Amino acid sequence: MALKLWASSAANALRTSCSGARTAFPAFSISRCFSSAIDGLKYTSSHEWVKHEGSVATIGITDHAQGHLGEVVFVELPESGVAVAKGGSFGAVESVKATSDVNSPVSGEVVEVNAKLTETPGLINTSPYEDGWMIKVKPSDPSELNSLMGCKEYTKFCEEEDAH
Amino acid sequence: MHLRMTLAQARNVGLPCMNLLRMTAVPILEQLHLEERLLRTSVDNWCIVNDRTNRPTIVMGVSGRPSELIELESVLRDQIPVIKRFTGGGTVIVDDGTVFISFICNKNAIPGLQPYPHPIMSWTSQLYSEVLRGFGDFHLRENDYAFNSHKFGGNAQSIIKERWIHHTSFLWDYDIKNMEYLKLPTRAPKYRSARPHVNFLCRMKEYVPSKSMFIERTIKSLGSHFLVKPFELDDITTEPPYNLPHSTKLLTRQELEDAYSSQCENLR
Repeated sequence: MALKLWASSAANALRTSCSGARTAFPAFSISRCFSSAIDGLKYTSSHEWVKHEGSVATIGITDHAQGHLGEVVFVELPESGVAVAKGGSFGAVESVKATSDVNSPVSGEVVEVNAKLTETPGLINTSPYEDGWMIKVKPSDPSELNSLMGCKEYTKFCEEEDAH
Repeated sequence: MHLRMTLAQARNVGLPCMNLLRMTAVPILEQLHLEERLLRTSVDNWCIVNDRTNRPTIVMGVSGRPSELIELESVLRDQIPVIKRFTGGGTVIVDDGTVFISFICNKNAIPGLQPYPHPIMSWTSQLYSEVLRGFGDFHLRENDYAFNSHKFGGNAQSIIKERWIHHTSFLWDYDIKNMEYLKLPTRAPKYRSARPHVNFLCRMKEYVPSKSMFIERTIKSLGSHFLVKPFELDDITTEPPYNLPHSTKLLTRQELEDAYSSQCENLR
């Protein structure tokens, strides 16, 4: 059971779209292509990223998450002005017959949502850290960012999760 | 006192518990409200079995648009209820020939299972493969359960931070006339190959001797992974969950009429 599940996850990892340079793997290789994390962002254990610049935190889901979810076909986002709480759900993505909650890494007020995701939800797959951003939040307590993972820590976290 | 455990008891040690709720003819809207509530507010694992629903009802996924998925004119004429559910996936019409089986699990309930759509679907399909061994050529075709290339089970999921639900509507039997309320979906699995409903679907009753056998074998198969404990519906209230942005809802007649008007205008 575990081996079959691993194979399923490995197959998903091989389908992960790559941001940045990456080597292509032959179709029948059992090697795995690791999803990417980016320096300068902070990460949660539920696979969201946050970029804090000035008074605004931009939030989305990671390359690891989009690779495991599959093609995103629908995104549900809050309206501007709504309050979000650290660890609480602010929206959802739909992929492969599943809705998956997306959780906020920080508490605060939503100041902008990515309207492009309504027409082009696949931006989350093709550009998870740039065009696929989901919401911008004005953090109410920036110190909440201190407890999040950095790039190296998050990369290791993903490797350990996929190794199970 | 004998301290020696039976083999069965020893095997059960360490298995997580799963509450089993068996229902008959509960309206699908009530079932979906219950499931969303248990997913979001319970800490237990659940298996919910509902043998049929009380009247033909169309159930769309969270992102479903009525004008794209259903024949609005006939649905309005015949007053068929239309529900938008909290999980993803496509549109089905369910009735008294449908069997519903749902699993609601904690993230760590099944060792090694990652809470993503494909691994969850892989696990559930292996469970049903065991259940249906000997009764037909069972396959997980993309995200459907099929005998050969004929679909008999439609699946959908919702994954939250620490839990997930995978629920299935099984076509034990169906009325082909009801399928005419559904359009051919634009987003369809490749294996469907543009077949109309009558050539794409099949009835489980033509493969499996009895509904009770299917349900009992499913419960038995669950017993390999969980310590299954029967639960009664009376022990759980069925109030709709608190207001979630994607909570299951019954579309109003006004909403359906607005969709139909908009569709007619677009055609002009």
